[in-house]
Formats: sequence, C-alpha cells, structure tokens
Amino acid sequence: MFESLADRLQQALGEVRSRGRLSEEDVERALRQVRLALLEADVDFRVVKEFTARVRERAIGTQVLASVNPAHQVVKVVADELTELLGGTTSEFVLPKARPAVVVLAGLQGSGKTTAAAKLARYLRAERGLDVALAACDLQRPAAVEQLVLLGGRADCTVYERGTDATPVEVAGWALGRAREEQRDVLIVDTAGRLHVDDQLMAELQAITERVRPHRVLLVLDAMTGQDAVNVATAFAERAPFDGLVLTKLDGDARGGAALSVKAVTGRPIVFASTGERLEEFELFHPDRVAQRILGMGDVVTLVERA
Amino acid sequence: RRTREALAGELGASVIGRVDDGVFERIEEALIRADLGVPATARIVGQLEEEVALGRIEGREQLVARLRELIAQAARPDGSEARLDLRARPAVVMVVGVNGTGKTTTIGKLAAALRGDLGLRVLVAAADTYRAAAVEQLAAWAERADTEIVRGQPGQDPGSVAFDALEAAQARGVDVVLIDTAGRLHNRTPLMEELAKVGRVVSGKVAGAPHETLLVIDATTGQNGLRQASAFAQKTPVTGIVLTKLDGSAKGGVVVAIAQELGLPIKLVGVGEGIADLRPFDPEAFAAALVE
Ligand SMILES: Nc1nc2c(ncn2[C@@H]2O[C@H](COP(=O)(O)OP(=O)(O)OP(=O)(O)O)[C@@H](O)[C@H]2O)c(=O)[nH]1
Ligand SMILES: Nc1nc2c(ncn2[C@@H]2O[C@H](COP(=O)(O)OP(=O)(O)OP(=O)(O)O)[C@@H](O)[C@H]2O)c(=O)[nH]1
Ligand SMILES: [Mg+2]
Ligand SMILES: [Mg+2]
Repeated sequence: MFESLADRLQQALGEVRSRGRLSEEDVERALRQVRLALLEADVDFRVVKEFTARVRERAIGTQVLASVNPAHQVVKVVADELTELLGGTTSEFVLPKARPAVVVLAGLQGSGKTTAAAKLARYLRAERGLDVALAACDLQRPAAVEQLVLLGGRADCTVYERGTDATPVEVAGWALGRAREEQRDVLIVDTAGRLHVDDQLMAELQAITERVRPHRVLLVLDAMTGQDAVNVATAFAERAPFDGLVLTKLDGDARGGAALSVKAVTGRPIVFASTGERLEEFELFHPDRVAQRILGMGDVVTLVERA
Repeated sequence: RRTREALAGELGASVIGRVDDGVFERIEEALIRADLGVPATARIVGQLEEEVALGRIEGREQLVARLRELIAQAARPDGSEARLDLRARPAVVMVVGVNGTGKTTTIGKLAAALRGDLGLRVLVAAADTYRAAAVEQLAAWAERADTEIVRGQPGQDPGSVAFDALEAAQARGVDVVLIDTAGRLHNRTPLMEELAKVGRVVSGKVAGAPHETLLVIDATTGQNGLRQASAFAQKTPVTGIVLTKLDGSAKGGVVVAIAQELGLPIKLVGVGEGIADLRPFDPEAFAAALVE
C-alpha cells in the first residue's frame, strides 16, 4: 500500500538499468506503475489515461529506446510531464484597483470556505496592508455566522452580518453597499457549502455573484477529494466561473491528485494552499510541492538522478 | 449519477447481451471513478472475470446483477453488525473524523432519530471546544432535535467535557450520550493522542463505553479515506463508518476498500443537510447506485 511513484518506477526499471537496453515491454511495465501511483494519488481516471498515453508516445517514440540510459529517460519524461500538467510556476493573486475589490468563495460543504475567508482576509491585511471586510452570506449551516464573526475577529477584520433572517443575496448586496460606504479595500464573501448537483443552491450562488459582481471567484477544494473533483469543478465553473482554487487541508497526508486533475481539466490554477486550522497557515500555492507529493520524494531532479 | 449513467449507457449500448473483453475495462473504469481504488476494484473485476470464464455468468443482465452483488458483499465485511449497539444505559457514542466531514451534523440527525423515532432520552456533549462556534452549531442541532446538551467552554479540555456529560447523563437517567469531537487530521499525532485520551476518560467513567465509536467519512473523499480509517482505528476502537454527503455525485467507494482492508462495517449514511437525512446503510442500494 501507498508506495510512491518514485519507488514504483525504481522497481519497474531497476533491472533494466543493469541491462542498459529498454524494450517496449519495459516501458509498458513502467507505465503500469505510473498509472497505479497516479490513481492512488486520486488523479482523475481520464487524466491518468491521457497522461500515460503521452508518456508512452514520448518514451516509445524515437530516442528513448535507443538512448544510452533509457531508464533514466523514461523517468525524466514522467517527471517533465507531471510538472507541466501542474502548471509549473506559482500563481500570483492580483486584485484590481477597484474599491472594494470583491472576492467570492464557493465550494462543497465542509471544504474549508469560512476558514479560508478569514485566512485570506488576514493574509491581505497582514501581507499587503489592505483594509478587508468579510460578508457572512452562509445563512444555512447552523452557527455559520457566529463562526465567521469569531474568525473575522481573530483576523482583525470587520465582519458584515445581519443574522439569518434575510436571504444570502440580500445580505451580499447590503454588505457590498456598506463596504463601499466605508471605503474598504476588499470585501470577501463567505457563502454556504453546496453540492454541484443541487440546482437550487447553485442558482443561489449564481444570484449572489450577479448581485455583487465579484472581481475574483475562488473555488475552495479539499485536498482529500477523490475522483469527483473534476465533476465538481466543471459544474462550479458553469454557474460561478472561478479564477482559481484554494486547496485546503494540505497538512494532511493526501497526495492531492485532485488538484492536478482540476488544473488539467479546467486550466484554472491553484492559487492558495491552506495547511492547518490556524489563520496563519495559508500561503500562495507552489505547484512543484504537489508534484513532489505525488512523486513521493524530495524532488524531481533527485528522481531523475537516481534512475 | 454520472458514473451510473456512463456505465449503464456503455453496457447497454456496446455489450448487447454479449460479454466481450472490453466490458471488464469499462467496469474497472466505473469502479475506479467511484473511488474504490485499484486493489478493491481488481478484486471485484478479477472475481467477475473468473466467473465469466467458468461460464457461471451469461449476458449483460447477469453480469450487472453479479457485479452489484459483489460490491454489496465487499461493502459488508463478514459477520459485521451494521446496527448500532445502544443497549447499555447510558449508551455512549463517540463521533470522530477528519475536519469537515459531517460529524456535528450527523450527531444532530442521529439525536433527532433516537429521540423522535425511539423516544429515547438523548444528551449531546459538545466536546469540540476548538473550532470556532462548534459548540453553538451543536447547540442549534440540540434544539432542533429537542435533546439535552452539555456544553464545553472554548479551549476546555475535551476529556473533561465528556466526563461532565457522562456524569450529567448518569445523574439524570439519560439513555444515550452522543459525544461530538473536533475534526482532526489523522496524521497529526498530538491531536490523535488527545482523542485517545477522551476515549480513556469515557471508558473510565462508564464501564464498557464508548459502546460505539463512529468514524465519519465524506463520500467525496478519495483514497486518503483508507489512511484516515486505519489511523483512527489505531487510536480509538472504531466500531463503524458513517458515510456522509451521498446526496452528491460522489459514490463514496473508498468505504468498500475500508470494509475490505480493515473489516470496518458501514453503519449509517448521510444524504443531505436536513434533520431527517440520515439512513441505515443498505449495501444493495449502495451497490445499485454505483452500478446501474
Ligand atoms: N487541518 C485543516 N483543517 C482545515 C483547513 N481548512 C479548514 N479546516 C477545517 O475544516 C473544517 C471545515 O472548515 P470550514 O471553514 O467550516 O468549511 P466550510 O467550507 O466553510 O464549511 P460549510 O460552510 O459547512 O460548507 C473546520 O474544522 C476547519 O477548521 C486546513 O487547511 N487544514
Ligand atoms: N449535502 C450534505 N451535506 C452534509 C451532510 N452531512 C453534513 N453536511 C454538511 O457538511 C458541512 C460540514 O458538516 P459538519 O457537521 O459541520 O462537519 P464536522 O465534521 O462536524 O466538521 P468539523 O467539526 O469542522 O470537523 C456542513 O455544511 C453540513 O451541513 C450530508 O449528508 N449531505
Ligand atoms: Mg462555512
Ligand atoms: Mg463539528
């Protein structure tokens, strides 16, 4: 159980190394290990298929079979493709000059939206010196408003809340009005968790975004998510086109293949990484770190060198 | 839903009463996409292939029926009891799991069912003293479910909250105590130790308690669910799984792997955010939703 991709490749190609030459069967054997490791890391089934097809093409085509050190080449191809799929560089989170810049957080139940709202508020205040307000638009989950009020307090930011009597769309509009009046730099809107297949709640989310016209929409995704991640992301992209993702609970030991899948299918980058329950445990996302988690070892370069 | 449609469509369209080689690949795909994981999928598909080769299964309908049967069997470990054992007085149920899976909500629903359907006297213990407004959240559920509550203070030792709750339950003649615990990732050793300590406090106070320790797994979870289950089972005597959020499109197939690898029975499923959205686990219905 839970062997790393690096270890699997080592095993699959270990004996080839002494032999020096690589047959097509060797490549297939290595690819089976790649497939297993990616599925175990929760990379989407279709993404795995395309990935292994690309690696096969590059590995079997031309140079690799004939090269001086073919096992080395196969590993390098896998590492290259994986890094490329995740998008290489760290994304920036640039806010427009508008005042207030409006950010909406959306996602499934329990993914970490309310926590991320407060974390983002703290981040923008502490790192960029911005005056941030939070809007409590989850009127559904019991005590969601109290939760945001408490977390907002810890982040040292204003929280706009009107209890649970109005509708979320009304509260969002009202909060935007106040943020304008009070000349806040940023307004972050916390929304209720919703399933992407729940038409009524997805329509509500759409209504909220139509009401506040956000400059940025972030999808909050749990790093432990399995094969459903792509369905979730594509459904949210239809109703509330998002600019990027917040990947949460990265302090766990999930490999985070869902992130890779969502990036591959929607093209949207992962912008922030949430790595704990405390508000400071939040930072810009580094794609190479997830590549490392999936590979299961120090870094890609070492992997190539070891092969 | 998508997996179900995809598989039904493909089986219907391309197999047409005949079982060709491609069919196993399509079944494998469907199971992987339902989060069963490679080993559990391989076991089920391997068994099917063997039975087809031996001529025990013929045609699409038999194949689908047998597939469902195998999934249902795998989801229910041999000899496991899916019902909650609440015979003790007070019966103590601890609810544990990683962050955000649905522990507090499940307690609210379960309290309502025990109180409403069975007329039991239920007390909930708000031993999540860590997460912001977790106590208020459980208090709202206690009100909805019309049950008693013992509240922890923010930052209070969760073991002492559990102790207070059990003492109150014994003094008042409560039938069932449901203990809500803070969400924690299974690889955070100090937090897992803290949970084990709550368990020790509980068993020190009421003989034989906790009578049930339910691990809540979110149906959206992928292969990490297996690690969660094995880590929680090591630190607490997990007696069963609650699979939540089955009202989404995720199938929760990782519980099949959990049942197979760890022998943990699935006891309850959550199918929504409402008070009545809790059901006993039905392996046949679960399998049918996976492959229809
Ligand atoms: N370990 C860990 N826990 C987190 C992280 N982010 C959020 N959580 C926890 O996950 C749980 C759910 O977080 P919330 O912020 O309430 O999630 P939500 O998406 O707002 O939930 P709903 O509003 O109910 O849909 C809480 O226990 C949080 O403390 C993280 O990065 N790491
Ligand atoms: N759709 C759906 N949502 C659910 C279900 N069970 C729980 N939820 C939602 O999931 C979110 C998290 O539920 P909680 O009960 O707060 O989860 P928890 O495990 O107590 O979370 P922490 O205490 O923060 O670790 C809430 O928004 C719930 O309404 C379910 O079966 N279906
Ligand atoms: Mg929330
Ligand atoms: Mg809770």
